[in-house]
Amino acid sequence: MAFLDRAARTMFLSEILAGMSLTFRYMFRKKPTLNYPFEKGPLSPRFRGEHALRRYANGEERCIACKLCEAICPAQAITIEAEPRADGSRRTTRYDIDMVKCIYCGFCQEACPVDAIVEGPNFEYATESRAELLYNKEKLLQNGDRWEREIAANLTADAPYR
Amino acid sequence: MIIPEIAFYLFSVVAIASAFMVVAARNPVHSVLFLILTFFNAAGLFVLLGAEFLAMILVIVYVGAVAVLFLFVVMMLDINFVELRQGFLQYMPVGVAIGIVLLIELVFVLGTWVIVPEAKVFAEAPPPANVTNTHALGQILYTEYVYLFQAAGLVLLVAMVGAIVLTLRTREGVRRQSAFAQTHRRREDAIEIKKVLPGQGA
Amino acid sequence: MVSFWDGYLWPGIVIVAQCVALIVPLLIAVAYLTLFERKVMAAMMLRRGPNVVGAFGLLQPFADGLKFLVKETVIPAGANKVVFLIAPMLTFVLAMIAWAVIPVSAGVVLSDINVGVLYLFAISSLGVYGIIMAGWASNSRYAFLGALRSSAQMVSYEVSMGFIIITVLLCVGSLNMSKIVEAQRDLWFAIPLFPMFVIFFISTLAETNRHPFDLPEAESELVAGYQIEYSAFAFALFMLGEYANMILMSAFTAILFLGGWLPPLDIAPFNWIPGFVWFAIKIVILLFVFIWVRATLPRYRYDQLMRIGWKFFLPLSLLWVVLTASAIVAFGWYPSKA
Repeated sequence: MAFLDRAARTMFLSEILAGMSLTFRYMFRKKPTLNYPFEKGPLSPRFRGEHALRRYANGEERCIACKLCEAICPAQAITIEAEPRADGSRRTTRYDIDMVKCIYCGFCQEACPVDAIVEGPNFEYATESRAELLYNKEKLLQNGDRWEREIAANLTADAPYR
Repeated sequence: MIIPEIAFYLFSVVAIASAFMVVAARNPVHSVLFLILTFFNAAGLFVLLGAEFLAMILVIVYVGAVAVLFLFVVMMLDINFVELRQGFLQYMPVGVAIGIVLLIELVFVLGTWVIVPEAKVFAEAPPPANVTNTHALGQILYTEYVYLFQAAGLVLLVAMVGAIVLTLRTREGVRRQSAFAQTHRRREDAIEIKKVLPGQGA
Repeated sequence: MVSFWDGYLWPGIVIVAQCVALIVPLLIAVAYLTLFERKVMAAMMLRRGPNVVGAFGLLQPFADGLKFLVKETVIPAGANKVVFLIAPMLTFVLAMIAWAVIPVSAGVVLSDINVGVLYLFAISSLGVYGIIMAGWASNSRYAFLGALRSSAQMVSYEVSMGFIIITVLLCVGSLNMSKIVEAQRDLWFAIPLFPMFVIFFISTLAETNRHPFDLPEAESELVAGYQIEYSAFAFALFMLGEYANMILMSAFTAILFLGGWLPPLDIAPFNWIPGFVWFAIKIVILLFVFIWVRATLPRYRYDQLMRIGWKFFLPLSLLWVVLTASAIVAFGWYPSKA
């Protein structure tokens, strides 16, 4: 009897039919696909994306050139040069991030005492040339201005857990 | 209609040219490809003669199967063409002699119609109308020549058995896959689900 | 001059127009088959498939075609140039000329020859040459291995396909495609010859080098097999040939076993629909199964492929030929003289 059973299973391709019915049922399942450029998945407030240098509400840049971020950066992607400004405050004259070196660990924003350097929610900054990924201070400040609203919201959302 | 004539000359010229190239081509793979072209044009000539069944069988058997295996073997061979051509002049007289014999035979076969005009009756035996080529062949092959047909089949069978016997080797200690045993494994034979309590282990 | 017009030019124009009327829809069908395949595969993998180019991705095949057209045709330095370029053309042309004998509807066929089945079988057995030539001329190991596998595979499966075709022919008594379809007016051959139908379908999978028998182009081991050195339009011709062959084999199966253009039941709502629609529906269903199988089954190992072909399909189909012939003789079910 067992032999007949097995022979019948082989002759009627039972295991192949079982597999086929499975794929057929899957065909009508709901698709989990996100239509990416049009639909996007949710991001955590802690998401570490493109870097930005923030400003205070009065337009003064936050960064005080303490160079803690430069010191902690494990990939040594940050280069800072600083000089006292005309009003005597200490500011950076140069703040470069090599986005090609950066490993997006987020240590720079953890180290920053004034929340100046942050990793924003933007992850769509692919470029056509490598040179465009060597960010300077101007570009970073511009990012800060552009993403300030989202960055501020993320920081407040994450504040209770810090 | 002039089209059949054009087709006839096209097929014949290509057939003869490619048959020549079979011999003349430097690369043996090219030779086989030209041989296939020759077969193909011969099939075209069969179609023009109204023997469409033979034409298709020629394509299926010779082009579709035999020549594939031929090509298969020739592609795998690593022939040194220069070395192969060294004895060419030495063997040429023999080749030419065989060629001449074949030519004379062909001339005799075709020349019969000229020498003995009565023989032409046998050459032109068109299948009766409203019977297709395939039916006509079958009616002759399976009635009048059935024993010869069976004998041919037996010869082929013996050849096949011979080839298998010559090449079949059974080696000791080969671990063979048993597809039946594999596909007949059920989940129940292979795994057992146990309730494992914490701190006790299975 | 009048006779030239009546005798040659006008028939010539009619023949060319008929060919165009057959080939253009066929090429469009091939283009959309690629989209259909991607969509169905995507659905079975819980994806969406192409949906950006045009509504529901309907323009995707044309975008792909355009891309193939504007790319560069690379011919490897070690390749045998003539054979290398003939191979894709041969594949494509063979996939097209086979359609000459396929009856799309009652009497709608380019050439209603008496040996239609043999012609189709001959053409499909020639398909292997495109692959062998491509594999050999590419002068690459992957391509050559793919070609060797493919030739062995196609030759092996042709044998059992031949026997299955003989079984059908025993029930019909003619090699003419239209007569094969007409013989199924009362009962589709898929019902009395069901095992043969299944084996024939599986053999067509092997014959068209489709999953799960796609060893000639096995991506994971041979990269792309015989297609590896091809680019741009030569590659596109291989693709067109492969998909046109899929449609051809589906049409062949539909004619041999599913009654071609005949409606499933010859009663009122069914026979209002024209024959070519039924034929197209049957082809699409078979093509869906082609794709469905691809989405479901893993690839066979080479020795397993040969084992199935020679040790199961060949004896089974041979046995069925004997059984059918015996049944016809024993019960006097001779096909009515065509």
